[in-house]
Amino acid sequence: MKISSGTIRLIIPAASLALLLAAVFYMQPRAMSYTGLNLLFNLAVPIALATVAQMLIMAVNDLDLSMGTFVSFCACVAATFLQSSPAIGVLILLGAIAAYAAIGVVIHIRELPSIVVTLGMSFVWGGLAVLILPSPGGEAPGWTRWLMTSRPPFVPMAIVASVVIAVVTHFLIMRSSVGVLIRGVGGNVRSVERAGWSVIRIRAGTYALAGFFAVLSGIALVGLTTSADANIALRYTLLSIAGVILGGGEFVGGKVSPIGAVIGALTLTLAGSFLSFMRISPDWQIGAQGAILIVVLALRLFLNRLEKREKSR
Amino acid sequence: MPGVCRTTNDVSRMNDVTARPEVVAARGIKVTFGAVKALDGADLVIHAGECVGLVGHNGAGKSTIVNVINGGLTPHAGDISYGGNVGQHGISAARANGVRCVFQELSLCPNLIVNENARIMHAELAGWNWRAKALALVERQLREIFPGHGIDCDSTVDDLSIAERQMVEIAISFAGLHDRPKLVILDEPTSSLDAGLAAQLMAYIRRFVGEGGSVLLISHILGEILSTSDRIVVMKDGRVVADRPASEFSTRTLVEAMGNVVREKEWLRSSDKRGGTAALSMPARRGHGLPFEAHRGEMIGLAGLGGHGQTEMLLDLYLSRNGNWWPARKGEIAFVAGDRSLNGTFPLWSILNNLSIASLGNLSSRSIVDQGRETSLGDGWKKRIEIRTPDMENRILSLSGGNQQKVLFARALATTAGIVLMDDPMRGVDVGTKQEVYEILRSEAANGRTFIWYSTEMDEIRLCDRVYVFREGSIVAELVGNEITEQNVLAASFSGGEAA
Repeated sequence: MKISSGTIRLIIPAASLALLLAAVFYMQPRAMSYTGLNLLFNLAVPIALATVAQMLIMAVNDLDLSMGTFVSFCACVAATFLQSSPAIGVLILLGAIAAYAAIGVVIHIRELPSIVVTLGMSFVWGGLAVLILPSPGGEAPGWTRWLMTSRPPFVPMAIVASVVIAVVTHFLIMRSSVGVLIRGVGGNVRSVERAGWSVIRIRAGTYALAGFFAVLSGIALVGLTTSADANIALRYTLLSIAGVILGGGEFVGGKVSPIGAVIGALTLTLAGSFLSFMRISPDWQIGAQGAILIVVLALRLFLNRLEKREKSR
Repeated sequence: MPGVCRTTNDVSRMNDVTARPEVVAARGIKVTFGAVKALDGADLVIHAGECVGLVGHNGAGKSTIVNVINGGLTPHAGDISYGGNVGQHGISAARANGVRCVFQELSLCPNLIVNENARIMHAELAGWNWRAKALALVERQLREIFPGHGIDCDSTVDDLSIAERQMVEIAISFAGLHDRPKLVILDEPTSSLDAGLAAQLMAYIRRFVGEGGSVLLISHILGEILSTSDRIVVMKDGRVVADRPASEFSTRTLVEAMGNVVREKEWLRSSDKRGGTAALSMPARRGHGLPFEAHRGEMIGLAGLGGHGQTEMLLDLYLSRNGNWWPARKGEIAFVAGDRSLNGTFPLWSILNNLSIASLGNLSSRSIVDQGRETSLGDGWKKRIEIRTPDMENRILSLSGGNQQKVLFARALATTAGIVLMDDPMRGVDVGTKQEVYEILRSEAANGRTFIWYSTEMDEIRLCDRVYVFREGSIVAELVGNEITEQNVLAASFSGGEAA
């Protein structure tokens, strides 16, 4: 049987995750346990959710530079309103999702570059987060705390959650007809339009869905950290973009892979731990993380070339 | 004036076909883009069970009237009715009335699987097993139109060749889950198909029409139009100038109706320029076939069925004189791309910038572009090849396809390069423009430029001094001078029996 190009695109991220994991286990055999795995991948859950959100935006050829501040904002809401008066908290988060849909509509109607609009929005979200929580604090709602720290038998929560996120989003984006439309807009807007679909609705829906996953990311983050801070998730913007690309997605053309995105998020989280185990000083860690990214992406380019050469033969 | 039908002697002749019900009727349509009148009171009526051929120059308004019929464009005057009902307009109304369209530029989503593309085109493919239904639908239709096609419908459109994509798009448009389409508009459907596939498509169109469907066929290959359509509509300057049964036309009268002077004069082939060292040469490809050689001032054709290694040959020739990593300092070779939107135009740039990009080195002094010289270069070429625009500062996309292609020609010819490679650059260019470009190519060749020209059209191959015929990636025959005939080229491209 012929392997589809989508599967080939998944091989590299999966292989690099396995390789990193093997290296970590080799250096620190004690990580090969229930608690060890949970500690390694704990923080990957909110990153994976944010990566999925970013992936949705990238599926329609846009880019969201407000992801980090938006997740921070959601975390702040979760640690304050959602804990003290759940009804208002839910309303605020629903409003935030509606705002995301509105951003999608504005970007579509005015034909604005998404980078500019979301960069502007990042200051709005950041400001709102500071208004809600001027100094680090707040308290996670009991149920998120319970969910994120629960200990299912055999497999740690972090792994279960990652698998659930990957499977659910795979069905949503890759198998369902809604997903086909979303990726169709990324692939060829005009053809979707000419087939009689309302692209503005598809875009708005995609943005709203992305907002929904980003809200989940914020809640999950608060569940892990028990309290929030207006700057808690700033690095998620770039982490989520890197995760999508690492997982085989592309900036344009609607080529995305939800399973790859989750794997990418796990790889990025693991890369941090790996470098700590290597005893690389924190000063060098960001650079080393970048080096890992470059190596993986170079591998992917190489594989793409091989595939192309194979095809032309 | 809406609702008023402009009648001339040519328009709306009564015959037995016009007695059948109308599928689509557009009457007195006017569309203007700024100062340009794209349609100036055009009428187009299509009845059930007929194939209408639509021909005309680039910029005659063919694409515009197609966009009006399929609902993508609202006319500024005139009315349009589907199945006799006036008053509904828009993409959804057109689709609800069974109008489907295959566009000139491929309009599938390249990142999606074939059946996912079918899902986008056919909203009625719903339910949990829509994938299986879509797959069955596309496969059945492909088998019906192109028997023995060999396309894997489980692959992403990206992984298909251009011809396969076009076949898939045609199949998806002709397919129908509950009810079949009433009218299928085919805009240059055979531009990427080779002769065998084109013949299969034309045969299918006749069957489809015989079963009561209608087809609006737009093509620059007049033979196709003449043999396949029942009625031919000729457009010029946004109006319909002729509308008669196909049997009343011949290639000659059709070209005349479009406003071209027929040039039947054979090119006087210049004397054999081979002699001395080759300007460009390459050993036999993949170890078999003939070696390639080009001499100064020669016009060399690369013929054969589409996708048999001609484009790869051109790229290799280009890279033999220019580094892949670092461009050669002296541009001795220029390339005219065939796929305009993929590797031809800079869509956001002006016409002038698109034209001058290849010769910026010569236009600048101390690394600063001399705008005066750039403008005069643009004006010179605008006059020489008649780029139809009021202002060279307009965006390149404001031009029609044929005029964009002229700009790409000018880009290559404006350089000092001695060798020009052309990758089937005349795709979807009208006859008049072609003749103008041929003229320029001839004079440039006489001045010592070498042209290496991959073309899928026999008329263009016949213009060449020497032709290499390709099959399965290598050169299988070399034809010189009077040996260049359709029969010889076809014989060489098919001689492997089942090879095609």
